[in-house]
Amino acid sequence: MQLSKQEIQHIAKLARLELTDAELEKYGGQLSAVLNYIDQLKEVNVKGVEPTAQVTGLENVLRNDEIRNWDEKEIKEALADAPEREERFIKVKRVIE
Amino acid sequence: MKLNQLTIAEAIKELNNKEITSVELTKACLARIKEVDGKIKACLMVCEKEALAQAKKADARRADGETGELLGIPYLAKDNILTRGIKTTAASKILENYIAPYDATIIKKLKEAGAVLLGKTNLDEFAHGASTENSAYGATHNPWDLKRVPGGSSGGSGAAVAADMCLFALGTDTGGSIRCPAAFCGITGLKPTYGRSSRFGLMAMTSSTDVPGPLTKTVEDAAIVLSAIAGVDKNDATTVDKILPTTFVKGGSIKGLKIGLPKEYFIEGTDKGVTEAVEKAIEDLKKLGVKFKQVSLPNTKYGIPVYYIITPSEVSSNLARFDGIRYGLSIQDGDRAKADLMSIYTKSRGKGFGPEAKRRIMLGTYALSAGYYDAYYLQAQKVRTKIKQEMDKVLESVDCLLTPTQPTTAFRIGENTQDPLKMYLEDIFVTGASLAGLPAISIPCGFDKGLPVGMQLIGKRFDEAMLFRVGHNYEKATEWHFKKAEI
Repeated sequence: MQLSKQEIQHIAKLARLELTDAELEKYGGQLSAVLNYIDQLKEVNVKGVEPTAQVTGLENVLRNDEIRNWDEKEIKEALADAPEREERFIKVKRVIE
Repeated sequence: MKLNQLTIAEAIKELNNKEITSVELTKACLARIKEVDGKIKACLMVCEKEALAQAKKADARRADGETGELLGIPYLAKDNILTRGIKTTAASKILENYIAPYDATIIKKLKEAGAVLLGKTNLDEFAHGASTENSAYGATHNPWDLKRVPGGSSGGSGAAVAADMCLFALGTDTGGSIRCPAAFCGITGLKPTYGRSSRFGLMAMTSSTDVPGPLTKTVEDAAIVLSAIAGVDKNDATTVDKILPTTFVKGGSIKGLKIGLPKEYFIEGTDKGVTEAVEKAIEDLKKLGVKFKQVSLPNTKYGIPVYYIITPSEVSSNLARFDGIRYGLSIQDGDRAKADLMSIYTKSRGKGFGPEAKRRIMLGTYALSAGYYDAYYLQAQKVRTKIKQEMDKVLESVDCLLTPTQPTTAFRIGENTQDPLKMYLEDIFVTGASLAGLPAISIPCGFDKGLPVGMQLIGKRFDEAMLFRVGHNYEKATEWHFKKAEI
């Protein structure tokens, strides 16, 4: 299977990545090669096999619903990493026109 | 012997006997970093002032009568592990100036134990790779041959331990990232059982297989570090409440133990010198009374394809947080007021991520996208079940498995960079234990044309003790772990 330039562009858009034309070309070939290799998974008989996402068998790890105040200094440090702020808030561009 | 060449166990003995201080030990490591890291480039950041302050503190604690297996021991941490107040970049441009507001749980635990953080080590960007060439800040060089890679993704940590820049280093292993550099650099690297050590404060890559662990000079040291970083963490719901036996290293002889040799791990395509070194190790273990048994894991060949669906899928989801809004690189064209949200996302991510991160994000995005989810992700998760079940089943009949860690020794810098698939195939022997969440350790077992070879032991879930027992006995009988690279 060969991914077309349009398909790569579509995937990049879904992934929120701006790519140059050279990148689109390069990744198109590389991703196609990897997907062709991965296609061998289709030959495995998985009838009746459950998918595994968690290997240790833990289930429903719960804790009490209690409010834990975060350290004020840590909050300040975390906010300091944001490119645009206003007081205790991180500024985001308008989402709805 | 120079202080920076000591193992943890040796250094602790001297510290306890008041023959040396942590400040001296720390200074020796810092001097070694200055001496050789210009060539090796293992460190992204060295925090001399902070390290010396911590060393002083450790000496004071010891003077007050405190002991502890890591009190005053200098170490380096892979730069995808959060360290409060010290830059954590994941070797990515997107986090070039990121300063973590809190410590990862394992860093916190080491701080409490009195270990001294010397700095942060290089890695493949966001831990994507097996060579450390994918770092946005340049490749790390293998101390055994500077033209070669140290393995990856914890390549900075591996090279630093091999070159005695520290007494131990922390790495993370998602699909071989501790074991591969350990093998390529001729040191010990432990991937603990999934859930044994907390992931809180690691930059998430593949949340279902990520696990932090130590890179050390001996098996005994790996056991010491693991006992310090293991344990349940309320901030990581996947950590498991399993006691780690404290007497595990010196857990007696290995006479009569039964070790499995999976035939799918002894295949054509593996370098002859690697196979020979591992076969020699098997003979050495036989002399110690170990019995070997041929076993079969027929789904091994699906390890890499499963891994390269699951990993990119989880990567694409985990790296979605880098949006140019909350932290990290943020790019807006022209008038800030006019830039729209979408363009901030796409430009910040397009400029901030390197090629391998982009490839994995796109591969994962594709595998999870509408119409392809069942064919790729779900199918991979089902094949993963088969891999896990067959490994568990085989491990019921033996005490652990023994395999080569890597099919080759360290390859040349630039040799595999043009062909990502070829690079992925390096992971053939390490993905199984990751997908099944089993503990695995790489131990030096010889050389091929002057380059280190590692053997891998894979254990039952939460049975790191068996790996330490076999490994420690092997080290007592051999001298590979004493070999030092000339830099």
